[in-house]
Amino acid sequence: MTTQISRRTTPRINVWDLLARFREVGIIVFILLLGAVVTLRAPSFLTVNNFRDILMNISILAIVALGQTIVILTKGIDLSVSSMIGLVAMMVGFVMRQYPETPIFLIVLLGMALGTIAGSFNSIIITFGKVPPIIATLGTLSVYRGLVFFYSGGTWVNSFELPQSIKMLSKGRLFGVPNLILIALFISIIVYLFLKFTRTGRNIYAVGSNVEAAEYAGIRPQRIIFLVYLISGLLSGIGAVLWVSRFESAQTNTALGFELQTVTAAVIGGVSISGGVGTVTGVVLGAILLGIIQNALTLVRISPFWQLAAQGLLILIAVVLDKVIYTRVARN
Amino acid sequence: MTVETINKNQQENIISDRQARKSFFSIFLKWEWLLFVLILLVIFINTRLSPFFLNAINLSRTSSDFMEIGLMMLPMVLIIVTGNIDLSVASNMGMSASLMGLMHNMGINIWLAALAGLTLGTLGGVLNGYLVAYVKLPSLVVTLGTFAFFRGIAFGFLGDQAARNYPSQFTFIGQGRVFDTLIPFSVVLFIALALIFGLVLHRTIIGRQLYAIGNNEPAAKYSGVPVEKIKFILFIVSGFISALAGLVLAARFGSTRPDNGTGLELAVITAAVLGGLDINGGKGSMYGATLALVLIGLLRFGMGLLNIQSQVQSMVIGLLLIVSILVPHIGQQIRFLKQVKFRWQSILMTVGLLVVFTAFFIFFFWSRAPIIAQF
Amino acid sequence: MKNRYLIISLVTLIIFSFALSACAPADPEPPVVEDVEEVEEVADPAECENYVLVPKNLGNPYFDTGNVGAQEAAGELGITVLYQGSATADASEQITLLNSLIAQQVCGLAISANDEDALVPTGQAAMEAGIAVVTWDSAIAPAGRDLHINQAELEGIGRVQIEMASRLAGPDGGEIAILSATSTAPNQNAWIEVMEQVLTEPEYANLELVEIVYGDDDDTKSYNEAQALFTKYPDLKVIIAPTTVGIAASARAVTDADLIGQVFVTGLGTPNQMREYVKNGSAPEFALWNPADLAYLSVYAMHALATGEIQASAGETFTAGRLGEYTVEDDPDLGLNVLLGAPFVYDADNIDDFDW
Repeated sequence: MTTQISRRTTPRINVWDLLARFREVGIIVFILLLGAVVTLRAPSFLTVNNFRDILMNISILAIVALGQTIVILTKGIDLSVSSMIGLVAMMVGFVMRQYPETPIFLIVLLGMALGTIAGSFNSIIITFGKVPPIIATLGTLSVYRGLVFFYSGGTWVNSFELPQSIKMLSKGRLFGVPNLILIALFISIIVYLFLKFTRTGRNIYAVGSNVEAAEYAGIRPQRIIFLVYLISGLLSGIGAVLWVSRFESAQTNTALGFELQTVTAAVIGGVSISGGVGTVTGVVLGAILLGIIQNALTLVRISPFWQLAAQGLLILIAVVLDKVIYTRVARN
Repeated sequence: MTVETINKNQQENIISDRQARKSFFSIFLKWEWLLFVLILLVIFINTRLSPFFLNAINLSRTSSDFMEIGLMMLPMVLIIVTGNIDLSVASNMGMSASLMGLMHNMGINIWLAALAGLTLGTLGGVLNGYLVAYVKLPSLVVTLGTFAFFRGIAFGFLGDQAARNYPSQFTFIGQGRVFDTLIPFSVVLFIALALIFGLVLHRTIIGRQLYAIGNNEPAAKYSGVPVEKIKFILFIVSGFISALAGLVLAARFGSTRPDNGTGLELAVITAAVLGGLDINGGKGSMYGATLALVLIGLLRFGMGLLNIQSQVQSMVIGLLLIVSILVPHIGQQIRFLKQVKFRWQSILMTVGLLVVFTAFFIFFFWSRAPIIAQF
Repeated sequence: MKNRYLIISLVTLIIFSFALSACAPADPEPPVVEDVEEVEEVADPAECENYVLVPKNLGNPYFDTGNVGAQEAAGELGITVLYQGSATADASEQITLLNSLIAQQVCGLAISANDEDALVPTGQAAMEAGIAVVTWDSAIAPAGRDLHINQAELEGIGRVQIEMASRLAGPDGGEIAILSATSTAPNQNAWIEVMEQVLTEPEYANLELVEIVYGDDDDTKSYNEAQALFTKYPDLKVIIAPTTVGIAASARAVTDADLIGQVFVTGLGTPNQMREYVKNGSAPEFALWNPADLAYLSVYAMHALATGEIQASAGETFTAGRLGEYTVEDDPDLGLNVLLGAPFVYDADNIDDFDW
């Protein structure tokens, strides 16, 4: 996307234009401003350790938010991601508890497979059943969460019952960087390449922008829509394995309420809820911004009671600013 | 021919069919009637299964549990008819009730505090409405932001405190019963407001304009419907009613905490959609939504009497939600399948999916077995 | 067209007026408060077998352990105790659940309340229906229940946590922080109040409470809050987490940040969740009562109330199986309550004796 745009940029550079075209620039500016203000009040913000913590905290969010993004690109929404994570985490946790010697790559594959199957159920309801995505996934949100409970009988998988191998999946380090961050980076790059360089990736954008036009161009929208919920399930499955790894437990309420965070990260990252617009870089930056907001609010010692309000307000500001910039450009 | 175009033709066929022969039976195919039949069925089954189901006191007590959801559902129906959504209702309710609680704790007269709560809730609606109608942001995005913002303000107001000891005149709103009958006051309030909202939606020009916006917003605008103004007012009304629901909840609890009503927005939307509203706007009725609320209430109460676990109850409601939209499409799907030439790819895919799902459930029960055996 | 809706509304209305009014005469329940005494007499011990243990939510190991003790007591008494709770720890869900239990005219309810005030009207409704209402773990305000089964004295729970923190911080003391559950949780707030009082004593003058944060009993949020605490206070010595979710999350955060030996975690936890962290040194000691005993005692108390063995007044005594004899006490804050005992401190030496 970036190369295309830079080729088209006219010699007369307009600030608004730049901000709108490189939406990512806007988020980076916002992040830098926020960072500066926070560092003034709490110097410990600007330390390597703190940044590692922030990145660790948003890694799973970024991965699942990318799945959410792909869905939103087709004008859909997947509210069931949190319950899919809960279900896959619990099943993976049970397998690990029962068979601690299972090689870790098998566990990751298992998580991916289970997530994909859960996602395919959404796909079927949405494409063949013609149920609007928001309703279908609202339904499976409670169905999958109910399955978690049914599956586990209400028990948890505790830290001491899990083998070291799964814990090291996220906590091991390569050149001092925790694996979890590297995995998130790796997946972001794959999704980036997928959306940008494959025919399917471009078709996803096409279906989201204009279904009829996409159809005339020979794309089968139903296939694309089937695929996006599958991908969302797959990424949720990976997220679930990482969740078990990072939090060393599988609980009945794992990831409860996470679905709205993924939507928020996507929306802050510039993904249009009406489809067809959004980039991987934007979403990753959106997730980072969310992580920084959460971290910064605690560091500058805003009363814990007002933190949620401040978070909500910042999200509103980000969304409104984006719209203001966009209309400015449209007027130009 | 692609899937999509066949479908479109199919839909047109169905529509023309429906207009052609409006027989006696087609009336009964209406979703509202199906809901009605379901309600009767639930009543019948539950009466057989539990001797406590058809008990006036029990029904009266359980009905007031669903009135906050019902109240918030009324403006939500209008909002969904226009193709929008309001995710912030439950947070707004918490915010308004918390302000009222805070003022009550400071010793201010309860009615004055309630008025302040209602005002704040309405202002919350103004914020939503302004951003949706005039800044032209998608309602889902706006209300996702205010969902966190309003709940945050509720925590800001009360923090770790609770407001309690409301005077009995006030708690009557949530706990009282009308004229020594068993009918809770909140139910009467709901019925009165439901009548008003129903009349507005089905008997006034405004109602028709709402459907017009939901069906085709640009077209509605060209034909002179004040789209922005209507949306703005809708969200304000939603804010006001959410605050009112907050007062009812506070009165029923006899106390307020900032986390009161967390998660109710999904219950509200579930009731509305189960009532036959199209989430994309333009379709559905107030009758359907109200019947769906009754159905959910009876179903939950009945399952509670049978001591079915809460998570399973939510699962049933979730499945019902999906099935409620699948069923009306089934006829369409079958006709569609008849036209499709069976190619080996589609057969392979169906078989593949079946195998995968079977494998999933075998794995599900297999991996679960050793752990469950310990109990 | 429009008539159709009218018909629907009318028929619905008829059905409901039928349901609400026509059934009333046949209703066995006395509708007014004055009859409560009679109802309790009517509740014949031989008939009364159905009791319910209500946790804050289902799927929480702490409460599931309680259920084990409750079932043990049920077996001894020859009654059935159903374990039924809401999906999330939320007051309105719990009220809906309680209403369906009251509707079944069970003999007794033992409730761990999600909100001490919001449940008062429901508790009163249950008592009006002649149901014995006791609370365990987390109380409903005195007006809404007969008895509270108190796990340990408020004072004792608060004090033991400060004592442990003081031991862990060493002779020089240092900075301590509290990581609680939700900011609305009644029992945690009461314990924190006690801890703040205990800290003013000269013995603990070298401990400085720097902040109270809330992890909302959510694993992820608690973990992140603990992490933020180390970043904010580099000299932090001890985190006290008076909640089973928070303590495990904090200990894991300490382990992950390689701060074992610098920051210690203590508070209230369950042995299975904490086993690993006791052994790796991130949380060398923590306290808790036995939830199984607590629920065991609750079932006995509930049974004694429902059968009329005790009438819920101060000074009465009853025997609770293997736990021995207990006395109903009156407390100006807690109202009528029965005290289980002192909290038990778990450490590396004794933790392997417990499996729950």
